Amino acid sequence: MSVLVYTESEQGKFKKTALEVASYAKAVADQMGTTVTAITINAEDTSVLGNHGVDKVLKVNNSQLESFNANGYANVIAQAAAKEESKVVIVSSSADCKYLAPLLAIDLNAGFASNVVEAPSSISPFTVKRTAFTNKAFNMTSINTDVKLVAVSKNAFGVKENSGSATAEDFSPSIPELGVKVESVDKVTGKVTIADAEIVVSGGRGLKGPENWGMVEELASVLGAATACSKPVSDLGWRPHSEHVGQTGKPVASNLYIAIGISGAIQHLAGINASKVKVVINTDPEAPFFKAADYGIVGDAFEVVPKLIEKLKAFKAQQ
Amino acid sequence: MKILVCISHVPDTTSKINFTEGDTKFDTNGVQFVINPNDEFGLTRAMWFKEKQGASVDVVNVGGPETEPTLRKALAIGADGAIRVNIAATDGFAVAKQLAKVVQDGGYDLVIAGRESIDYNGGMVPGMLAGLLKANFVNNCISLEVEGTNATAAREIDGGKETVSTSLPLVIGGQKGLVEESDLRIPNMRGIMMARQKPLNVLEPIDASAETESVKFEKPAPKGAVKLVDADNVEELVNLLHNEAKVI
Repeated sequence: MSVLVYTESEQGKFKKTALEVASYAKAVADQMGTTVTAITINAEDTSVLGNHGVDKVLKVNNSQLESFNANGYANVIAQAAAKEESKVVIVSSSADCKYLAPLLAIDLNAGFASNVVEAPSSISPFTVKRTAFTNKAFNMTSINTDVKLVAVSKNAFGVKENSGSATAEDFSPSIPELGVKVESVDKVTGKVTIADAEIVVSGGRGLKGPENWGMVEELASVLGAATACSKPVSDLGWRPHSEHVGQTGKPVASNLYIAIGISGAIQHLAGINASKVKVVINTDPEAPFFKAADYGIVGDAFEVVPKLIEKLKAFKAQQ
Repeated sequence: MKILVCISHVPDTTSKINFTEGDTKFDTNGVQFVINPNDEFGLTRAMWFKEKQGASVDVVNVGGPETEPTLRKALAIGADGAIRVNIAATDGFAVAKQLAKVVQDGGYDLVIAGRESIDYNGGMVPGMLAGLLKANFVNNCISLEVEGTNATAAREIDGGKETVSTSLPLVIGGQKGLVEESDLRIPNMRGIMMARQKPLNVLEPIDASAETESVKFEKPAPKGAVKLVDADNVEELVNLLHNEAKVI
């Protein structure tokens, strides 16, 4: 009857989202008066999960699951849910979890609510708050099936500490036909990615050309941030498509989003408005981004950003 | 190759989002509906398969008669035929069940849907459909080639992309990258005229109940006004981000 949570890892290490979903699972388990079981796939040290409310860890180590495979991972998580007789299964909203969750819902015969931002408002009926209309509204959704699947939005519930310890046991599920085979991975290494970043620094057409991205990169590096861009910038080929954030690009849910020379078209704002604090730097005080931002500077990015880098360096040196 | 493209009928991004009937229903008053952007990239890729590889392309929507103009637009872009399953879309599972029946009865080899619709953002239907059909599934798909029954696709991952090989039957959760924005087609007069002659079949739904229920909508609390910092006092922004917002 434990709440089952899938805590994802990359190269054996847990991501922050794994600790966030574990914290969420603990909140649900407390409401239901039960415990939390985590399932991990090819993770190494799982002891950290105990600090975030997990009581027991099912560790899967299988070389067939070395590359992510949505069908394989979903099937394994479903087997863990069956073993634990879980009525509630929790996953994150990472790209991989968005891929596997609908398959998992079918495997579990579970009603599924995605983009969930708060602990359930009630357990019976099981009711959660999720975002809709690209963060322009919330929807209270009740799940009416016996088994329930919840995908938690990134950076919404937060990581909560729960001092405790988790027991770990090996779990050896059967591996289904995988169907989709990874042939190659083309991934930037050594850079903070948009999905993992606490801070995202984003540039728009106001920067006039790809040759001017040096200061965006430098600002990002001072802040330990990921770099991103608006749609016109990726369409013009100034920056790679993988940096495009907005409605048709990558979603951003960082703690801080800094928009430089981005006017704030509604499609752009739709993709980034889950970020907690938004800063805009733009020459045009009428730019729509000023209506969406928390802090703004009306000014020329080519003057403001170098000054900001300088002040941030001084600030970091003091810390 | 028989291709089915799933078309969501969604409010245009610039629409005002309001609710009626005690905040239980989306207020469609004055709202312009469009083909879901993620679906439109997939539809345009399907046109390439039609023109270069002789595939047939049908489009489908699960919804009431009000969605037909959106299906007609897809026909005007170049789809051969349209299907509307005559039932209001309640949740992702109920829609996936209806679509699975259409796919099975129509013998489609490739189903292209969008990674998510821009209204409810559930991101459920393509994967659930693949699960119900026991078909292969590639989500966040940014390129797709098919040769015989073998498919090569790329999927956007965090910080890059992953190239995968798989086979038909296949369901795609598509997005920008399947084609570029500049490849999208605006229906021309000839396309619009031809679309009127193309079949739009209305199918009665199968019995498939929803597993979730929308109880009520809420709008976020209004946001406070932006705090402006003088361009000559950038240090103040650093202070605010550290002491007030506590994000650095």
